[in-house]
Amino acid sequence: MNRSPYITNAPTVSVIMLKVLLALVPGIIAYVWVYGAGILVTLSLATVTALVTEAAILKIRQRPISPSLADMSAVVTAWLLALALPPLAPWWLVVVGSFFAIAIAKQLYGGLGYNPFNPAMVGYAVLLISFPVIMTKWPAPLMLADASLSAFDQLKFIFNHALPVGVQLDAVTSATPLDYLKTQLMLKHEIADITQAPIFGQFGAKGGEMVTAGYLLGGLYLIQQRIISWHLPTAFIATLALISLIFNITDPTHFTNPAFHLMTGASMLCAFFIITDPISGPTTPKGKLYFAAGVAVLTYLIRVYGGYPDGVAFAVLIMNMCVPLIDAYTQPRVFGHKH
Amino acid sequence: MNNIIQFASKLIKGLTSDNANEVYKFHGGVHPDGHKHESTTHPISQLAIPETLTLPLRQHVGYIPKVKVKVGDYVLKGEMIAEAEGTVSAAIHASTSGTITAIEEAIIPHPSGLPDMCVTLAPDGKDQWTPLNPIDWKNTPINELITSLRSSGIVGLGGATFPTHIKLRKDGTSGIHTLIINAAECEPYITCDDMLMRERADEIIKGIEIVQHLLGATKVMIGIEDNKPDATSAMTSASQTLTNVSIKTVPTLYPSGDARRLIHLLLGVEVPHHKRSTEVGIQVFNVATVLAIYRYFTFGEPSVSRVVTVTGNVETPQNFEVLLGTPVPLLIAAAGGAKTDTTHFVMGGPMMGFDLPSTDVPVTKAANCIIAASPSLFAPPPPALPCIRCTRCADACPVNLQPQELYWFAKSDNLEKARDYHLFDCIECGCCTYVCPSNIPLVQYYRYAKSEIIAADKAQEAADIARERNEFRLARIEREKLERAQKHAERAASTKNDEAKADSVKSADSVKAEKERPASSAEADDAKKAAIAAAVARAKALKLAATQSDATKTGSEEAPAPAIVENKTEPTATVNDEQAKKDKQALIAAAIERAKAQKLAAAQAGVAPKNTDDLSPKVKAEITEIETIRAKAKQMVENKDPD
Repeated sequence: MNRSPYITNAPTVSVIMLKVLLALVPGIIAYVWVYGAGILVTLSLATVTALVTEAAILKIRQRPISPSLADMSAVVTAWLLALALPPLAPWWLVVVGSFFAIAIAKQLYGGLGYNPFNPAMVGYAVLLISFPVIMTKWPAPLMLADASLSAFDQLKFIFNHALPVGVQLDAVTSATPLDYLKTQLMLKHEIADITQAPIFGQFGAKGGEMVTAGYLLGGLYLIQQRIISWHLPTAFIATLALISLIFNITDPTHFTNPAFHLMTGASMLCAFFIITDPISGPTTPKGKLYFAAGVAVLTYLIRVYGGYPDGVAFAVLIMNMCVPLIDAYTQPRVFGHKH
Repeated sequence: MNNIIQFASKLIKGLTSDNANEVYKFHGGVHPDGHKHESTTHPISQLAIPETLTLPLRQHVGYIPKVKVKVGDYVLKGEMIAEAEGTVSAAIHASTSGTITAIEEAIIPHPSGLPDMCVTLAPDGKDQWTPLNPIDWKNTPINELITSLRSSGIVGLGGATFPTHIKLRKDGTSGIHTLIINAAECEPYITCDDMLMRERADEIIKGIEIVQHLLGATKVMIGIEDNKPDATSAMTSASQTLTNVSIKTVPTLYPSGDARRLIHLLLGVEVPHHKRSTEVGIQVFNVATVLAIYRYFTFGEPSVSRVVTVTGNVETPQNFEVLLGTPVPLLIAAAGGAKTDTTHFVMGGPMMGFDLPSTDVPVTKAANCIIAASPSLFAPPPPALPCIRCTRCADACPVNLQPQELYWFAKSDNLEKARDYHLFDCIECGCCTYVCPSNIPLVQYYRYAKSEIIAADKAQEAADIARERNEFRLARIEREKLERAQKHAERAASTKNDEAKADSVKSADSVKAEKERPASSAEADDAKKAAIAAAVARAKALKLAATQSDATKTGSEEAPAPAIVENKTEPTATVNDEQAKKDKQALIAAAIERAKAQKLAAAQAGVAPKNTDDLSPKVKAEITEIETIRAKAKQMVENKDPD
């Protein structure tokens, strides 16, 4: 019988997923430092919900449970969703989002390897459409907040929506720079004045840009480990920088510089962790470039002209729809063929 | 700082190097553990003559050679025992002197595990050569040299086993400008070419000289992977005498030893997918093959032995020069025997080899390596997980295919799509499986899809021919009816006043004609029309019957005819005259008898029954044409090479 090759040398799916989780750690550490330990609660909640949901659906589908749980893909989805949600999001929001991501976006399509859409982004989009107020209310970074919450206070807030006595909700929340920018521009203010607000940092959001830097660091680790290819992040960052530069040059009073777009919102999380989901993304090298460029353009357009402060989730989902087309039209030249 | 210095020195080296060893790159490839050193610590040893030798007749790609000996014959070493038959075929020679004890089917080392014809030889231990005829290749016309190679039994010894004389044959279309010697030996574990180069570089170089002369190539390039420094230096010093031979070390990267990959590495030329390398003036030979060619011309020795690497889970892995036909167990025993945890044996390398169906098989010309396998050496693959489209396989594919797409198409039996995505460019090197994080046996899926497509193509071809043949037949029958009806109508018109019934009975010489009798009393035109209508109806019925029966079976072709004859007789039963009815029945019975007899005779003669008595020359010509198509179809179905 011909069953060669007899030897293999590949990291298992579990190892790949674990490395992705590891690459998220620098960003999470920065997150804790900027927004407090509440994110750890959110991460745990999302993880548990995702694993329980996955196990339950597999049971219903009469599929083996342990290999699917061991591949860690559900945990990656849970973490990406948790990191995309506002810090201190109520517990039920995390649970609903994680459940939807795993049950509907992943398992109902056939489980790992079969989902056409990025599950974390589906979960995020569903929450954003269903609960827009909660989803756009971000707590202020600890360094800016009028009143700071302890880790226990954050835990209580997540589960009971209860703030310590004497602390008002406004004291712990603030607009995100993307949100603030949008409303201020509508009020006919100019960029130079708007960015003087304390929520703006060196490049993006004060504090938030450190989390972004953490994601960048983790992303570079993933490229170094050959878990993700350079094509997607490079094309995304280059396109986002280019398009924001073009707008910025033509009208600097109404369009911010590229550094702001790259270091704010979910840009880096998107570049290295979200569009690099291999299952819902394209497979050809050229296709990866087009896909990432498409996500970048859509993200920019939604940020600048759309109704939502950040556009990553919708941009990714729209480009997910184009993946079969992109793959079909970007087939690389096979050895010995003219094309 | 050190890094900078290293970088600078590399840069300077790169700038000053004379491009002598510049090689190109191919996409993908993998770096499996070489495991070469285990079997290179010992020199090549000779294996003693075994007690029996089993020589499979098919040790090469192509037609099975014709046996020239019979059981009981005494043969000398090197005596031809089977002669190449057909263009692509190779001769088989006695590996030693002895007596032919059997010519029968036996298990051969092939992935199918199916038995094939083998000649068994009981050696007499004298190892006495048949009179050998060395050939002065420098002073013999090239055509004669190549023709004589047909009886050398030499085939590609790298594992492909393509008859060598075919590769040297001049097709007159294009000249060969470059001869490439494949010494990459990129598969892990295999070291037979490495050891041959270390020990017999001189002979290899002399063989290269001969092959270059035969091909008329102006340039020779020897490609050796850089994990064989000893072989490279041996070859370099041996090739000092030749001016136009260059030795190039290629990076150790599996599958650099694939001919098309090696050509690209050395010349930067991509052989177009639908062409052979010879069509772009390049021919590739394996080192062991050129060595065999050298020995054939210089000493007259045909292909009777080869070097085999015995490695893996054996006590002392090493290379042996083995007589073809030697039982594999002897080889394993000579390597110190297999360790206790050995589960099975693999022929070839771990990337492209296959499980030996049994250890009780002989060494053939294709046997470059035998690996004793154990779970610790070749771990059984864990259960496959879903594909996550990570495209590691696409990154590793040396042909730049999209294995993840091919997998998807193969799995869903979307074979046309798989073909569109160039499934048939897949060389089954195994790189994709090697790197798959989901442990999917990708190559298996491609082998399956390829075999399915080939089978479907063959079936389609056969069905096309059958359909064509059937349509032709139906058209012929209809034409015959019309002709007969017309003839009949003319006759009816001329004998209008005669007693119609008697006339028609007399004139009827077949069941088919009998049918037309009721119409014969009517107007000629009416008769003609009715006859045409009847013919059309018959053709329709026939067509229906034909579609119901298996169209591809040649035997079933004539079967519907009697049934239809019976059906067609029914309307005639309405004739009132009882006597006429009886007459008719008698006639029908006679006709059926006649048809049966005809059919029987035809079956005995091996041809389809035909009634060509009263047909026009034109119709006869058409029948001949049909017969040719039929013969062609038969030939295609039967003689098609299974490969």
